[in-house]
Amino acid sequence: MSNYSYIVWIPLLPLLTFLLLGLFGRRYVKNFSGILGSASLLVSTVLSLLAARQYFLQDGQLNGVYQKIIAFKFTWLEFSPNVSIDISAVIDPISVMMLVVVTFVSLMVHVFSLGYMKGEERFATYYAYLGLFTFSMLGLVLSGNLFQIYMFWELVGVSSYLLIGYYYYKPSAVAASKKAFIVTRFADLGFLIGILVLAFYGQTLDISMLIERLTSTQSAEFTGITTAGFLGVSMLTWGLSLVFIGGAGKSAMFPLHIWLPDAMEGPTPVSALIHAATMVVAGVYLVARLFPIFSVDGVSLQLVTYVGAFSALLAAIIACTQTDIKRVLAYSTMSQIGYMMFALGVSKQGGESGLGYMASMFHLFTHAFFKSLLFLGAGAVIHLVHSNDMKDMGGLRKLMPVTHIAFLVGCLAIAGVPPFAGFFSKEEILLAAFHSNKLIFGVALFTAALTSFYMFRLYFSIFWNKEAAHHPHDHGEGTFSMKFPLVILAICAVVVGFVPFAHFVTSDGVALETHMDLGFSAVPVGLSLLAILLASVMYRVANDKPDKVAGTMGGLYKAASRKFYMDELYLFITKKIIFPLVGQPIAWIDKNIVDGLMNWLAAVTAKISELIKGLQSGKVQNYALYFFGGVAALGVLFIYIWK
Amino acid sequence: MEAAAIIFYLISAFILGAGILAVTTRKIFRSAIWLLFSLVGIAALYFWLQVEFIAAVQIIVYVGGIVVLIIFSIFLTQQSGKEMAKPVTRRALFGILAVVFGLALIYSLIARHGFAEQATRPFGVTVDAIGTQMLSTTDHGFILPFEVVSMLLLASMIGCIVIAMKSRNTGPELQEPAGGKLMIHADFTSNQTDKEA
Amino acid sequence: MNSIPLTHILFVSTALFCIGMYGLFTRRNMITMLMSIELMLNSVNINFVAFNKYLWPEKLDGIFFTLFIITIAAAEAAIAIAIIINLYRSHNSIDVEDATELKY
Repeated sequence: MSNYSYIVWIPLLPLLTFLLLGLFGRRYVKNFSGILGSASLLVSTVLSLLAARQYFLQDGQLNGVYQKIIAFKFTWLEFSPNVSIDISAVIDPISVMMLVVVTFVSLMVHVFSLGYMKGEERFATYYAYLGLFTFSMLGLVLSGNLFQIYMFWELVGVSSYLLIGYYYYKPSAVAASKKAFIVTRFADLGFLIGILVLAFYGQTLDISMLIERLTSTQSAEFTGITTAGFLGVSMLTWGLSLVFIGGAGKSAMFPLHIWLPDAMEGPTPVSALIHAATMVVAGVYLVARLFPIFSVDGVSLQLVTYVGAFSALLAAIIACTQTDIKRVLAYSTMSQIGYMMFALGVSKQGGESGLGYMASMFHLFTHAFFKSLLFLGAGAVIHLVHSNDMKDMGGLRKLMPVTHIAFLVGCLAIAGVPPFAGFFSKEEILLAAFHSNKLIFGVALFTAALTSFYMFRLYFSIFWNKEAAHHPHDHGEGTFSMKFPLVILAICAVVVGFVPFAHFVTSDGVALETHMDLGFSAVPVGLSLLAILLASVMYRVANDKPDKVAGTMGGLYKAASRKFYMDELYLFITKKIIFPLVGQPIAWIDKNIVDGLMNWLAAVTAKISELIKGLQSGKVQNYALYFFGGVAALGVLFIYIWK
Repeated sequence: MEAAAIIFYLISAFILGAGILAVTTRKIFRSAIWLLFSLVGIAALYFWLQVEFIAAVQIIVYVGGIVVLIIFSIFLTQQSGKEMAKPVTRRALFGILAVVFGLALIYSLIARHGFAEQATRPFGVTVDAIGTQMLSTTDHGFILPFEVVSMLLLASMIGCIVIAMKSRNTGPELQEPAGGKLMIHADFTSNQTDKEA
Repeated sequence: MNSIPLTHILFVSTALFCIGMYGLFTRRNMITMLMSIELMLNSVNINFVAFNKYLWPEKLDGIFFTLFIITIAAAEAAIAIAIIINLYRSHNSIDVEDATELKY
């Protein structure tokens, strides 16, 4: 086993950047902070690529199976010989894959922000937050201990809060950051309880030991957790479902997805980072991390499947109706994450039946590239147009050729058109779904078509449709630092599909042979192409067809454009049910009983001191009399009464 | 009744009478003189008890020192001849009650307690015995308390000087309007003088 | 010589102590309060000497206590008078009823 200790520098470098820029950035290194952040992340990226090369190509395998290597471990809190909170860096196929994805996308975002955020007042602070976010995500990815995951999980929540609320002077940004924080925090409560349930029955917080104990049907822990139950459901299902709720919160699965579209209030590169590589995939990563345990519990796996599929479909429908380009991308992210989730859900542990797991990770991998590409492209467009709304765009293909091509590549990739990256991963997912659950397969197929439709609706609305309006502050397409990441990511979006992913990342570490079935691929690709054609008919040139279609759809269109009234539902539940029925009584108790008790104590103390303060009169002779009285009383007491 | 007994009762009556007058008379100078008489009576009682050295010390220290000091301070602080304020009636009442009660309590204790008096053995206090034991470093020697009490006297002497010394910042040179300057006084009382002056 | 029982002497000293106590309670002038304290100290001295003479005539401990009490009384009187003079300086009075700032 060779030395991987340099792995710890991958998360530590962004942390150092965060500390440096956070403490001194605004005063001392203001103008260099972007360069500094990007440089440190470049080192991290190079280290990650080296680690990936070393792990996947040189010495990760033992007898054809990829091993789990602990690069670094430090016991932080030891509760008992078994249960301890460790800070560790664990290397296995998915963590190495995530390292590459996170550092690479983060690097692209850093570079892109050099141009996009130029001239911002809090430029250094922005880079400090980016560093913190990257650090949190990398730490999360490397965790070998459930509690470490939880800590970094919360760090991700905090840093996303900071980044979404970056424009803190905008009330909508403040509201969005609060919403993201509260919703994910609420889900994290489930995660925490889930961790405690698993750790209680598994008697450990270490993930590999937990997996070992809870998957072997002979072990005492497995018997314990499956026989114990609550409300007729075994504790294993409870624990896993609660953990999944945490993952669903971060990954914006229905019904905890409401924070994701609002999170678009942050700077666009931040959206790229949150949506492509870091926060939202954390939930998928968590489920994948614990997948061996999920795979023994059919019920929670079903939950994962159906929640994922429903989210994918719902988000795709909503995305067709949105006009804010970032919101369209946000819903498409939610939809793609749903894909990854149900791919995990239909998978099994090991061998050929572990195809879904591989497909999910593969899709996560490819999605990171084309989604960050799309977001950065959208960022470039917004940078030019100074608006998020499709109506303000159109005909931009001549104004920004590089962005146009890059965006088109991204759209083709997400639509699953061969030979772009999304095609390969989506095919695997569809194949996995086809083999296990026909209903899910149908939903996935329909969603894939919808995806192509709304992505090309977006593409045509931005770059074609009408003639380019004249923009007053015409500063061209953007700086080199903005175009460069687009080009790199566009190239990636083309080539990463050819990575022999199944050889590297599988559920059990054994390489999996995949083969393209042209007959099978024909249906989804055909559907995608049809959808693209439909989008081009409707949106390529300005006409009244979209409005007509919207008119015929009637209520469905309206409901979808209002996001199926989810926000209203949440507001109704919180404002009309939770606040008056739970909050107000508790507030009353707090105000009148808890505070009242304290006030009463204070009042009684004040009364008593008012009564007895006369004793402290300042008159020496009174004191002498009291003293004599006390001595005499004690004398009488001890001499005559208490002999 | 023997002559010695008669003398004792006379001395006792003198001590108590002078003491009562000392705490009740309204003229402070007379009060000091009655105290002087009472202390002299106590010295006489020591003579009667055949402890001549203590009697001598009593006269030298109390009569010659403390009472003179008290009289000095009366001259410093009072116009002699002026009557002192009457005691607060309520407190006088409580004082009398306390005194009567305390007297009754202690008297009942003394009366009921049988003291094992050693009447047969002689009691001789010679000055050289006192001096030898006072400076003896062996068992039952009093050299350590002697030294400690000398330190105490020194300390109290310095303390008297420090307490009674006029604070420097009451001097006129620092009386100029200080504006917003923070004035730190050596003690609270001198601050009061500032305001009243 | 021991025609007088010990209890009589003790009664005299107790009475003197109570006289001093009464003065301490009622006198408002600080100098007279100091005098009352001196009376109380003297009554204690009488006790020590009497106990020494009547109960342990072969020892001198009572005598030494008396001597030390007289010494300490002298020191105490000096300090008290210094305080009284300082009080007079700040309040222009040595009436304890006038010096009641230290209260609630």
